[in-house]
Amino acid sequence: MLEVRDSHAYIGQTYVLKGVSLEVRHREIVALIGANGAGKTTTLSTISGLTRSRRGKILFRPDPDATQRDITRVPAEEIVSMGISHCPEGRQVFSDLNVWENLLIGAYLRKDKQAIQSDLQWVCELFPILGDRRRQSAGSLSGGEQMMLVIGRALMSRPRLLLLDEPSLGLAPILVEVIFEMLEQINAQGTTILLVEQNARMALELAQRAYVMETGRVTLSGTGRELAENEEVRKAYLGAT
Amino acid sequence: MVGYIAQQLVNGLILGSMYALVAIGFTMIYGIIRLINFAHGDIVMIGAFVTLGLVISGQIPFPVIIILVILAGALMGIIIERAAFRPMRGAPQVTGFITSLAVSILLQNLGILLLTAQPRNFFCPDYLQTVFNLGSVSLRTIDLAIVVIAVVLMVFLVLLVRFTRLGMAMRATAENLKVALLMGININRIIMLAFAIGSGLAGVAGMMWGARYGQIDPLLGFVPGLKAFVAAVIGGVGSIPGAMLGGYLLGFAEVLFVGLLPPIYSSYRDAFVFIILILILLVLPTGLLGRKMEEGV
Repeated sequence: MLEVRDSHAYIGQTYVLKGVSLEVRHREIVALIGANGAGKTTTLSTISGLTRSRRGKILFRPDPDATQRDITRVPAEEIVSMGISHCPEGRQVFSDLNVWENLLIGAYLRKDKQAIQSDLQWVCELFPILGDRRRQSAGSLSGGEQMMLVIGRALMSRPRLLLLDEPSLGLAPILVEVIFEMLEQINAQGTTILLVEQNARMALELAQRAYVMETGRVTLSGTGRELAENEEVRKAYLGAT
Repeated sequence: MVGYIAQQLVNGLILGSMYALVAIGFTMIYGIIRLINFAHGDIVMIGAFVTLGLVISGQIPFPVIIILVILAGALMGIIIERAAFRPMRGAPQVTGFITSLAVSILLQNLGILLLTAQPRNFFCPDYLQTVFNLGSVSLRTIDLAIVVIAVVLMVFLVLLVRFTRLGMAMRATAENLKVALLMGININRIIMLAFAIGSGLAGVAGMMWGARYGQIDPLLGFVPGLKAFVAAVIGGVGSIPGAMLGGYLLGFAEVLFVGLLPPIYSSYRDAFVFIILILILLVLPTGLLGRKMEEGV
């Protein structure tokens, strides 16, 4: 579905991605783990078009029978309409807009009014609290609710591929469980997920496959279970001694 | 005395309407790209000259003139954004600020070059000069028109921003450019629109300015630009209702200051305006309706 081939990228003057290659297959959950500054967030930004890679290729095929497209130089707004939705880190809701407007703006590029309505319903079934608070300003929601809103907003563009950056950041463990269960459900309903996580334990449990990044490169890859049992990963990211 | 105060209040309303219209554009542009646009006042000048040109060129009905002036201002705003500010996108805030000063100087000198620095009489058609009395308050038709046009435009803008899909996109872009981009919002279009709307309103304010004061020259944009900046800051930069409130407060304060204090103080009215600004910012650093400052991006 998604193929990143030897991607090199800079943030300002800093050389952040030094040749990242990875692959996401249809209907998978793939996790990208690694320490701070390894380049996980930048990898997502190059995919969604927020950051341009200097070298390398990013290829995307929304459905198994669709044609593959090179999206390396495609502008961000067009990438959204092709079916990639990027949830940036830090629960960036539009706090001046109410909950309903936040969800609607997720569907900004869509013209199919009826399908938007039914998707709104679907999101409210996934996260009932959002329906209850639809008139409230998004800034007044709790951290967990904002996270749900951000995911719901991303789903409103009907993505084939959902890019999630640190959904567990700053949330109570119980809420993290809830969010991860939701991700599993969203995935079961047909959305492919590429997940960046600090919480390696939970990410490896959820993901079918995972990549480990260190200082701008992918250093390890494998199934979630393989990596969870890998000695180095256990030491570096799972707190094993 | 009551009649005198009523007359002053009406004058404040007229002045405030003009300040508010200019302040809105100032605040919209700042709200979306964090640009302090000192060239904004010069759009007022352009609006005044375009109006004068249209008035002396023949029998164009007044409502058509209003629409043409709005369009001329909007077009000017779009051109300035494209030519001067878009290439500076992503540069530090100071760079944008200095660019706006450069644009301002350029527009003023172009004005002097093309129109000479000589002040010109602003012709107002007779039917706009008709004076009528409401109790002890006397008004010209144009004064009434200024207030009505300003209020209609502001109501229209508030409805647009609050209740339309485009308005939603504008609010989202103003709050978080990056995430707005991820929603598929065409940022360039929204920024262009903010310039167009803001400059259109400033253009109309120029028409009002000329009609009210009777004389226009290529440097007239400085004062309304500065006052609108103060109005926007008082109301909270980035907030459209704040700019309106700030504009009217400033208009009333200025007129009452001049009207109620002994005449020898009246030349201090601009000093007075800035004292108000300082006092308000001491108590409310983000202005009356401003949001809490978010951390720098």
